[in-house]
This record gives sequence, structure tokens and C-alpha cells, in this order.
Amino acid sequence: MTTAVAIAQRVQSGESSAVAELEVSLEVIRSRNEELNVFLHVDEDGARAMAKQVDHVVASGSNAGPLAGVPIAIKDNLCQTGVPTTCSSRILEGWRPPYNATVIERLVAAGAVPVGKTNLDEFAMGSSTENSAYGPTRNPLDPSRVPGGSSGGSAAAVAAGMTSIALGSDTGGSIRQPAALCGLVGVKPTYGLVSRYGLIAFASSLDQIGPLTKTVTDAALVLEVIAGHDPMDSTSLPEPAPSLMAHLNDGVAGKRVGLVRELIEGADEEVVASVHRAVDVLRDGGATIVELSIPELHLGLSAYYLIAPAEASSNLARYDGVRYGLRVDADDVAAMNEATRTMGFGAEVKRRIMLGTYALSAGYFDAYYGQALKVRTRMIEAFRSAYLEADLLIGATTPGVAFTFGSKTNDPMAMYLNDVFTIPTNLAGDPAVSVPFGTGEAGLPIGVQLLGPGRSEAMLLAAARVLEVGDGRS
Amino acid sequence: MTLPGDWEMVVGLEVHTELKTNTKMFCGCANSFGSQPNTNVCPVCLGLPGSLPVLNERAIEFAMAIGIALHCTIAPSTFHRKNYFYPDMPKDFQISQYDLPINSNGYLDLPDGSRISVERAHMEEDTGKSTHLGGSGRIHGADRSLVDYNRSGVPLVEIVSGPDIRNSAQARAYASELRGILIATGASDGRMEEGSMRIDANVSVRKPGKPFGTRCEIKNLNSLRSLQRAIDYEALRQIEVIEDGGVIRQETRHWDENTETTSTMRTKEEAEDYRYFREPDLVDLDPDQVWQDRVREAMGPMPAQRRRELVGRFSSPTDAQLDAIEVVIDLSLDRLVMTAIDEKVDPNLAVARAANELAGGLGGIANLTSDAFTTTLRMEEAGELSATQAKAVLGELLAAGGEPRAIAAAMGFEQLSSDSLGATIGELIAQHGDEWARYCEGDEKLAQFFIGLVMKLTKGQANGKAVIAELQKRR
Repeated sequence: MTTAVAIAQRVQSGESSAVAELEVSLEVIRSRNEELNVFLHVDEDGARAMAKQVDHVVASGSNAGPLAGVPIAIKDNLCQTGVPTTCSSRILEGWRPPYNATVIERLVAAGAVPVGKTNLDEFAMGSSTENSAYGPTRNPLDPSRVPGGSSGGSAAAVAAGMTSIALGSDTGGSIRQPAALCGLVGVKPTYGLVSRYGLIAFASSLDQIGPLTKTVTDAALVLEVIAGHDPMDSTSLPEPAPSLMAHLNDGVAGKRVGLVRELIEGADEEVVASVHRAVDVLRDGGATIVELSIPELHLGLSAYYLIAPAEASSNLARYDGVRYGLRVDADDVAAMNEATRTMGFGAEVKRRIMLGTYALSAGYFDAYYGQALKVRTRMIEAFRSAYLEADLLIGATTPGVAFTFGSKTNDPMAMYLNDVFTIPTNLAGDPAVSVPFGTGEAGLPIGVQLLGPGRSEAMLLAAARVLEVGDGRS
Repeated sequence: MTLPGDWEMVVGLEVHTELKTNTKMFCGCANSFGSQPNTNVCPVCLGLPGSLPVLNERAIEFAMAIGIALHCTIAPSTFHRKNYFYPDMPKDFQISQYDLPINSNGYLDLPDGSRISVERAHMEEDTGKSTHLGGSGRIHGADRSLVDYNRSGVPLVEIVSGPDIRNSAQARAYASELRGILIATGASDGRMEEGSMRIDANVSVRKPGKPFGTRCEIKNLNSLRSLQRAIDYEALRQIEVIEDGGVIRQETRHWDENTETTSTMRTKEEAEDYRYFREPDLVDLDPDQVWQDRVREAMGPMPAQRRRELVGRFSSPTDAQLDAIEVVIDLSLDRLVMTAIDEKVDPNLAVARAANELAGGLGGIANLTSDAFTTTLRMEEAGELSATQAKAVLGELLAAGGEPRAIAAAMGFEQLSSDSLGATIGELIAQHGDEWARYCEGDEKLAQFFIGLVMKLTKGQANGKAVIAELQKRR
């Protein structure tokens, strides 16, 4: 297995070169992208130029950074200068951002080589990548199944070996759920740990960027690079990036791990069994286990499906055909706005814009959006109480393994329920990690989720590392 | 204007002022009027996908200064999104303050002694500017529309008065006093013609003691004159409608400068539901006491205090003098005037020259030092310059700056010193012996005769008082 840590070490030592590593990556993409529909755009020329720059730095005897020459896949809702960015929507067709997202700046400064933009559910709204205007992405582990979503393209890129690492975004589970379904490590950082500048907003108060990787170590490495205060994001935490690599092998001795009933309730038997075995591994590692119930978690899904669409209805208003992307001409401005949005947005995006618009409307605000905010506050308090009894929490990432195409597309509620375990942490603004642990139906991977209070990434990754070792993965 | 019968008007004003920050409210783009279209723009103020706002600290300070000057409570506040589609608003929502504004519950005292309450003075961002070409010239029915986003994201403060204003003159006085305050705080240049100060008026009418009537909001008031006339027009219109048995509908009306009438823009039923909610991309604003105090301490005196100080230099000012003082305060010329008065210049002369000559050449006011102003007035008082000459010197100081004595010399005014004046008068006495004799016998009217001759010879550059003094010396 090729990891980012290994690639960077090879490139920096001169054993390999960034250009050579890029060519390996491009070769896998060429051979499998048509089948899997992972990349919407491969920036070969741009990536080569960046790889050459890395090699130049190495040749000059300088340190090219912790991700020297590591190809990385970028979810197509992150802005990269001059590179087409679509959010998998027709409405942004042809748009090339004139600026880099902060995470792109930081990755490139660390020596990483962004190779292209990966498929997602349109504007990150979905759990299967079936909502893309550019067709669904297939799960490399079983192409008859979905890779999860919305960061399904980024997950598939890593699972298929196209790149060793990828960036995704997580609003209600969009990193952790595809990571679970593709057998990867996925991190949803504390809200504000990673700058959102240049992340095309879905739901601003919930969105966070994070890594999808094969190993816990790679996740820690990428997160260290992209985290830390950014003056361009008002919601960015004030402190610099936390030290994560240094704490990877801290273990879980002495930690209190809360097994949360509501985070396994309704999950497939095999998933529940995996969580229990993970609990055993942590206990063996010296943790004490407490069983917890947080009934408020049941309220998460309904609160989320008011708050996220409400913010989305406002965030997506700017796609009006006036300045960029798709424009469908009509007699006057209002008709042009309407024609453009009718043609440019897919069904799920329209559904959520309507939901959100309704939830914010005069006369309904208090009953819907206002109520959802109260639930959110209760959720935050419930987690706070839970963290008095446990240092970290454990549960499932998803109720089951990767599902087949079309099995949930006709029933939005069934699709939404796939995120029932991941949504609460987004509402609370807390971090969570999905780590592969065991397999289920058809030998497909299962993700176990570790949750912690704000800024507890180092502890969560150390615990994830214990599970990674315990699962015999390294 | 008085309303017919016992009708009373009820007016509240919403004043938007652009803040004079160097950069925009949420990004680093220049905040400047008159640049080439779409040159002061970036991903943030163009609302490009993925961009995020970061609040300008200077804008907060200006907003606090306005609040302090209006005796408001400065409280922890939040930002909301006001959602509606409009092509010159790049995000299709405006970031504004809603239920928790930075400033609330203040007041403004007018020169006539009345007090108008200020409900709130909150921060928001400006939109871009649309130009509609061809067709109707309005957004509906134009052939083409051009949008300039230079103004997009310029910081604004909106000051909302209570419904305390009872006539159009008071409305004008409120707007004028507020404008003076905005200029005094440094928050705004108060230029209505450039749109840096914009006023909407809420107008209703009622019989005394009755509840408020239904109000109409008047937009497009681009000058204090328009404000006053539009309010009067609108109040009369409403009275006519009611007296004819009709009812007033709550609506937004457009003031037409040319026809001097208001007409319906949109009715309440057509009003948008703005779907306000907390702006998730910004954090709450809670300026601590230390910061508030720093802003307070950096503020100079407000117009009311400056007016009191200037009036205090007159023993019993006439109405004309009070009017001139008003102009001086309004144009922020009082520092120059007070300096001159402190240097023993006659207050009446200092105020008159400022209210007339300086007011007429404000564009060059930066060229005029207070020393130069004082020196010119002292030269006039000493008879070294006639009134006409002093005005000419002030004109030159405003045009190009410089030193008054040098300017007077360059303009040839020095030859009118007492020596040359004496010689001129000596010649005239010789030529007009009869008139001189009658003057010496006490016919004072003949002084004017000699002054006229001196003025003619000197092309109006002589000082009338100096001529009389010379004549009396020789009598």
C-alpha cells in the first residue's frame, strides 16, 4: 500500500521524483476513470508543473514539505485557480475560479500535487454521489455499488489507488460515510479548525473540509497541513494547526470511551458487531468503557434537514445567471434567473432549496428553522454532558455497507437515514473520525466512528490508530 | 408649510450613510467613489463561490462613533442575511444587522430644541450599482442593464429615527444635523449627490391625538430640498385621498425630481419576504468597553457643541448672524472661524467671510490655512485691504493657497496703503474745491461723493473706511 508518508519520503530522499509519482497516479486514473467516473477534470499540465517545481526544490537541497510530491485528489467544490470547478452542477459549467481555496494554498506549499477534481453529489447534497449532473461514481471495491457521498469521488480516487490521499468536505457525514463505504479513514475536523475559504458553501455553519486517506497517519499528516487559523475565514479557530503526528501513538490507556446506544441503533448486525469488537480492542488498549445513551441524537436528522437546506437556499441564491456559469436567456432578469436555475440545478438541490426557503419564510420560521436551532443547542448540551462521562465516544459511521445503485434514490428519507449517525457531530461542531474496522456483507468494509469534543483530533486519531492496528491493517 | 384643517404629519427617516473606510466592509478592496467600473472588486465583494466575509474593524469603529454621537446604547450585535434576488447584489443576499443592531435607543437634539429619537443605527453592506440603458430606463423594460460592483460591499450605517418628526422643515433640520454629525465623526463625507448619504422618509398623517395613520415610504430623495418637498407633497396627497373617502395603502413610493410628485413603486402585498437568518459566515460582534472608550476619546466635538461655542462669541446675535453661524457649522468651517476670533478678529466679520466667501469655494478649502484666513481678516480690519480686496485674496487662497501679504502684493493691492491713498485724495480735493468746502462745512453726504471718485480711480480696490478716515483727517 502506497501512503502519502511513503511517497513524500521517497521524493524528498531522491529515491523517486514528484514527476514520477504523478505519472503513476495519472496511469491509474487513465486506466480506471472511465469505468468509475471519479475525476470530473484531471489537471495534467498544472499537476506536472507543480511536480516539477517540487523536484526542483528537492534538487536544490531544500525541504519540499511534508507532502513533497504527493498527488492528491480534490473534491470539486474546492476552488483552485484556473481549474474548472463545478460542484457537479450544470449551473457552474465552464466556471474557472480566479483564486485558490486556503487548503489548496497550504497543500501546495507543503509540496502536494493536486491532480484533479473529483465527482460529488451536486453541491454536496447526497450520500451516494448519484446526484451528480455528470453521472454517478462507482465504488472501486464493487462497481455495482455506490462509493457513498457526497465526497464519493474523493473516496473512490483513494480506494482505487489513483491517489493516496484526497480532500473532501463534510456537512452531515460527507467525508466519514464514503470513507466507511470505501474502507478509508475519514476525518471531519472541529468546526473552524480548517479554513472554509474557497470551499463552495452548502451549509456554512456545518461545512468542514477534511482528509480521506488509507491510513490514520496520512490523515494526521494532511490535517496538520491544512488546519490552523486563516484570517480569510471569520469562523476559523484562532490557534495554529494542532500537533497530530506527534500524538499518533499515544494510545487510549486511561481514556474513558463511551459506547453510545443511539449510534448503533438500527445498524446492520455486522456493523454492530464491528463496533463491539472495536470497543474490545480499545479496552485491551487500556481504555475503560462506559455505555451511554444520548436520546437527543434522535432529533439530529430532522434539525439537520431544516438547518442545512435553510442555509443552502441562501448560499445557492447567487447562481442566478448574471455573472458566471450557466445562463439561460429569457425576456427579463427575473425570467432569466428562473430559467437558469430551473435548468442548472438537479432535483435534489431544488428539493433542498425549496425546503430551506419554506423553513425560513415569514410565518414558518419559528416553527421550523427557529425550532431546529433550539434542537441544535440541546444537541450541543447533550454532547457536553456526555463528555463529562467519557473522553471520547464510539459508534457506527453508517447503518450498513455500500449499497447498490438506485436502491435509495426513489426514497429521499431512506437516503437521508444513511447519515443518521454522522449528522449530530456536524450540528455540535465537534470532530469525528471514521476508521475501517472489519467487514460485512460481501466482504465490504465497515466504518467505526470515533467522536470527541472540540479540538480533540489528536486524541481521536490516536484512538483510530489503535483500531487500525487492532484490525490488522498495519 | 402648514397642513389644511387640523391634520398633522408623522414622519420618520431612515438615513443610509456610506462609511469613509479605506477598504470595503468584508474584503480588502478600495472603497472609493468614481473609479472605473468593476475595478475595485475581488472574489469576496463579487460573491464568488467559496468566498467568505471578514468584518472591517474600521467600519465597526465608525459605526460606534455614530452611535456614541447619537447617544445610543452600544450592545453586542449580530449579522443577518437579507435574502432577495437583484442583479446588482452578487450573493443575492445582503449582509445586514437585524434584531440585534450595534447601536440602539439614542436621540438627536435639533437646533430648535426639539429631540428626535433614534431607534437604531445598524451596519450593513451596500449593493452594486445598476445602469439601465434604452427602453424604459428602469430595470423592467430596459434594453440592457450594466452593473458596476465597485460599490458592492461598501460599508453602510443605517440610522432609523423614531416617528417623532412633525413637519418637513423639522425633517430637513434632522437630516442636516445628522449630516453634520456624520461628518464630525469622520464616518462619512455626507455627500448626498454622490449617494454617500441617502434618505428614505416614512410619512403618514393623522388628526391630533389619534393613532398613527398608515405610512408610505418615499425613496429616491437625493437632496435636502427633495426631502422637504417630497414629504410635503406626500402628506397633502394622503390628506386628499382620505378626505375624498379613500384609504392609504402601505406602500413604497418613488419621488420624481422632475414632476415633484410621488408614485407607487410597490405595495405591501408585493413586498419581499426577506427570510432573515443569522449570517453563519460571521461571528458575533461584541466590542469591549476599552475599545468603545478608545473610539469615544478620539471623537471631536459634535456640531451642537460647536454651534453653542460659536454663538457664545456673539453678545446678542441677530437672525442673520445665526443663519451665517449655521452655514459655518454645517460646512465645518468653525475651526477656521474660531481661530480667527481667538486672534481678536471681529466674530461678525469672521463668520460673514466664512459663510459667504469660503462657502463659495469649498472645493479649495484644503488650501486655506487658519493662519492665512486670520491674517487676511486682520489686514481687512486694519484697512490694509478693502472688503473687495479681502474677498479677492480669500478667493486666491482657496484657489491656490499661499500667504495673504504676498498675494495682496502680487494683486497690486499694496499701492493702496495709506500713503498712496493720501496722495489720491489730495489730488481729488484739489480738483473738486467746491465739494470739499461743503464737506468741510459739515455736509456729510459729500463723503460718499469722494469715496465714489476714489473707488473709480482705484477700480474699487480702496477701503471705504480708510477713505473716510483720510477725509476726516484733512477736514
